[in-house]
Amino acid sequence: MIDGYKRLMNIEKPPTPKTAKGFFTDTSLCIGCKACEVACKQWNQLPADGFAMTGNSYDNTGTLGATTWRHVQFIEQAKANGQGQEQRWLMMSDVCKHCANAACLEACPTGALVRTEYGTVYVQQDICNGCGFCVPACPFGVIDRTPKHGHFEAGTAHKCTLCYDRLKDDMTPACAKSCPTASIQFGDVEELRTRARRRLGELQARGESKARLYGMPEGREAEEVGPLHAFFLLLDEPERYNLPAVPRLPRKTMAQRYGWSAAVGVGFALVGALVFGGRR
Amino acid sequence: MGSNMAENHPVGFRWPMKAKERGATLIHVDPRFSRTSAVADLYVPIRPGSDIAFLGGLINYVLTHDKWFKEYVLAYTNASALVRDDYVDAEDNGGLFSGYDPKSSSYDNASWAYAGPAQEAKEDASAHSGHGMEGTSPAKHGPARDETLQHPRSVFQILKRHYARYTPEMVERVCSTPPSLFLQVAEVLTRNSGRERTSAICYAVGWTQQSYGAQIIRAAGILQLLLGNIGRPGGGIMALRGHASIQGSTDVPTLFDLLPGYLPHPAAFKGDDTLERYMRESAVRGGYWSNLPKFMVSLLKAWYGDAATSENEFGYQWIPKLTGDHSHVSTSAAMADGKVKGFVVFGQNPANGSPHSGLQRRALTQLDWMVAIDLYETETAAFWYAAPEGWKPADIKTEVFLLPTAGPPEKEGTFTNTQRLLQFHDKAVDPPGDARSDLWYVYHLGRRLKDLYRGSTNPRDQGLLNLTWDYLPERPDPEWRIKDEPSDERVLMEVNGYTVAERKQVPDFEQLKADGSTACGVWIYSGVFPGPAKNMARRRSRTPDNDVEPEWGFAWPGNRRILYNRASADPAGRPWSERKKYVWWDAAAGKWTGKDIPDFPVKKAPGTPAKQRGSGIDLHSGSDPFTLKADGRGWLFAPSGLKDGPLPTHYEPLESPVLNALYERQDSPVAKRFSRKDNAISPPGDPRYPYIVTTYRVTEQYTSGVMSRWNGWLSELMPEMFAEISPELAAEKGIANLDWITVSTPRNQIECKALVTRRIRPFPHNGKLIHEVGLPYHWGYKGLVKGAMANDLIALSEEPNVYIQEDKALTCNIRKGRLR
Repeated sequence: MIDGYKRLMNIEKPPTPKTAKGFFTDTSLCIGCKACEVACKQWNQLPADGFAMTGNSYDNTGTLGATTWRHVQFIEQAKANGQGQEQRWLMMSDVCKHCANAACLEACPTGALVRTEYGTVYVQQDICNGCGFCVPACPFGVIDRTPKHGHFEAGTAHKCTLCYDRLKDDMTPACAKSCPTASIQFGDVEELRTRARRRLGELQARGESKARLYGMPEGREAEEVGPLHAFFLLLDEPERYNLPAVPRLPRKTMAQRYGWSAAVGVGFALVGALVFGGRR
Repeated sequence: MGSNMAENHPVGFRWPMKAKERGATLIHVDPRFSRTSAVADLYVPIRPGSDIAFLGGLINYVLTHDKWFKEYVLAYTNASALVRDDYVDAEDNGGLFSGYDPKSSSYDNASWAYAGPAQEAKEDASAHSGHGMEGTSPAKHGPARDETLQHPRSVFQILKRHYARYTPEMVERVCSTPPSLFLQVAEVLTRNSGRERTSAICYAVGWTQQSYGAQIIRAAGILQLLLGNIGRPGGGIMALRGHASIQGSTDVPTLFDLLPGYLPHPAAFKGDDTLERYMRESAVRGGYWSNLPKFMVSLLKAWYGDAATSENEFGYQWIPKLTGDHSHVSTSAAMADGKVKGFVVFGQNPANGSPHSGLQRRALTQLDWMVAIDLYETETAAFWYAAPEGWKPADIKTEVFLLPTAGPPEKEGTFTNTQRLLQFHDKAVDPPGDARSDLWYVYHLGRRLKDLYRGSTNPRDQGLLNLTWDYLPERPDPEWRIKDEPSDERVLMEVNGYTVAERKQVPDFEQLKADGSTACGVWIYSGVFPGPAKNMARRRSRTPDNDVEPEWGFAWPGNRRILYNRASADPAGRPWSERKKYVWWDAAAGKWTGKDIPDFPVKKAPGTPAKQRGSGIDLHSGSDPFTLKADGRGWLFAPSGLKDGPLPTHYEPLESPVLNALYERQDSPVAKRFSRKDNAISPPGDPRYPYIVTTYRVTEQYTSGVMSRWNGWLSELMPEMFAEISPELAAEKGIANLDWITVSTPRNQIECKALVTRRIRPFPHNGKLIHEVGLPYHWGYKGLVKGAMANDLIALSEEPNVYIQEDKALTCNIRKGRLR
């Protein structure tokens, strides 16, 4: 009967789950060319965000946002007397992490945010009502709403789709396709994780003592948001790349926060009762 | 060195990154810590303009530490040749070689020649084109030799003496490079060269755009020859080209002093009065260039068809003869003086992208007419109303026509990349509106001009009237809206060459004849289209068991991927090592074989002695790999062909904050300075301009910005003009990050924002710090994003061999605040 109803209402069957797809972004191979940013904007037809220099190294994009779904960070490190080998210029192409326990998805009251058959997190634009709950929920600051007179319908939430439309046609997402040095690798998440562990071993053997993986199931990062389907090989501590050491899931602390709110409320009530009650 | 490959060739840079993953050591020697430095294993700072001192230091290290590849150097280079006894080296003459004439600022290179009986009618190569001259220089082929290399006038001993003072301490003094880093480079490079291993050097305009650019590349050539890194897999010197198909543009060419395929352009001042005389003077008796008459006559047959006969010198007189230096820089100077009336400018933006762009813009106002053909309205096309000079359109006499052209996906054609690889691409979509391909414009302009001149008997019009001009396809492609688009493949078929009688495509340039029975547009490309519907540049086949990938595209000449690859085998024809096996002699089959097509007569056995009589390649032995050279050897010492000396010598740039630490002579004795009021060059150590200024590109924008500043996705990534300065200089001048600053040279001043970064390091020099100001040159006054033009600051100047300006090392001053 339910099937009949679905047929009648033209509700499609959810697609059959496929192997989880994701990105392994190996920052040790990144040359900071930003081809990923441009390819992403071109494929997804996202507008330019404005033409102002930030003065922050070669990063003039600033941050991920509703119309910037790949963002290359530039981190200049140098000692005060830095000459040559004493300086580093770290580059990293940031993107939506497509978390296993996605905070944005949990926060979404309309069901606009869904997990796709590829294990990725996707915003359905025809359902999003622009409530914005997902924005503060994301511990990485990835998802964002468009400004009022933006490119999309005002106020709706946007982020990387892992090129869902391309995946449907067995194509590599635009950013990974355009990356000249294979810093962005696309594939089956499990296979990418194996590759990442091997790669880390190679780099450590070469003396990259600070190299680490970020977003693997065994990492502290996965404690609350779960393993990331877009994970990274970093050459320094995550905080250096503006990544939280332990990204938090709002749900986990919700009870505690409600508790505190209630306690504060009770406290105010008591104080109020004492102050005002005493005058009567 | 001289290249920021990760930023300016990011797609090609995937290969160095892959090599690094496979264990290669990447070294970046550069005045700035760039994105290339960031991923290199070793970054080595060097003061702009001091590359020859650094490379000379490496040459000296190789020689004094006995690290040279002896068998290779003895057999394959001119190390053992003796030089004439009246040769005086720069070491013994304050930085000048023998033969210098201060009045004309030029060299008579007679004394640089090999010793021994004169075997060429004419030794002087000074009149030859800079670009093509390496091959065509008529050095004597059979010099006197001392195989023990002990003779004081042997090339080897001259080389040793010339670089003896280029010690690590001198390198530190001149280049500001810490000796420990310099020695690290020397050790890595020498350890990684020899029988088992090879090293490659990549450079780009960081070398060429200096007043001695060709000599810097020569220095790298000497180093690589000494280490045995030429003609072998993983070796070589790679010129990274600044645009798609700039290599093709040099081959075909768009240079004033060359005909297609590096044939020298006939010149009135060389006395090239007749074809016979031109060919006699240009051909070289020894080596492959002895075939020049076959290539020249075939070119004339391709251009003039049936009208080219042996009676009329195959139409040779229809080619205009050069009367002097008609390079870009010289032409601009003449234009500024009102000596140029008309200007057709394709794919170039001199009002922004060329040196001294303020002068370039003023030059445009002196024209009667200008036709600008481009994808967008360039600064050049818009100078009459938008230039920063604020001219009123009513005061501009130049009549300007702007014609829209097609982008790469809107036309078919070939790209020739930095490895001489031709790759054909199809058209994907019609260009919009009235936009047409560059080929369309050239073809239809030629067609209409021929119509206009039809019937003229004026001798000077005959060249135009007799040009073969049949490039329209037999049937226009029904898929496209534009029906009169010429066929690129038809052009490429003519470039390949054909037999005149049967109109049959020739298989390669070996089949070309000097009797008028063959036609060929560009001899070095011959083989790219060997039969109807056989466009080899279209090939995209992988060859799984051969990493040379011979079936991908077509590499000139004759699909050879490594030039002079005979040198990958030892004199007896055996590979130097199993690991570096590439091309070798198969004694059983009696021929050369290997992974690549041998760049050598395929049946010439290694033991073949050189003939004493005759001409061409027969004068080389079976172990002379450098087939284009008159003597078949790699030249450590250049007995002819270069206008600024037989050995690279350190000079300071035309503008430098310091004096030459090595020689009395401060700067290049033969570089052309344009001494004019509007082109002042500040003297060495000028306190008014104490800082070094260098210009460059960043990944996000492209040259003068015509193809990137109209694109929002690229413009947002690098939206504003900036100057990179060190925190030390910023503190000295009270400048904070993002402050407006004004940068000045004696030519002009510009304003931009400061990007204060530790990636720019001051250069320690004589106990003081020399500061550097880095300027990208992508902005202008048209486009989505606008900004000041770095080229406004650059001087007009010319390197003497190839006529390029110096813009990698000049001096400037900066102050806080805006222009006005």
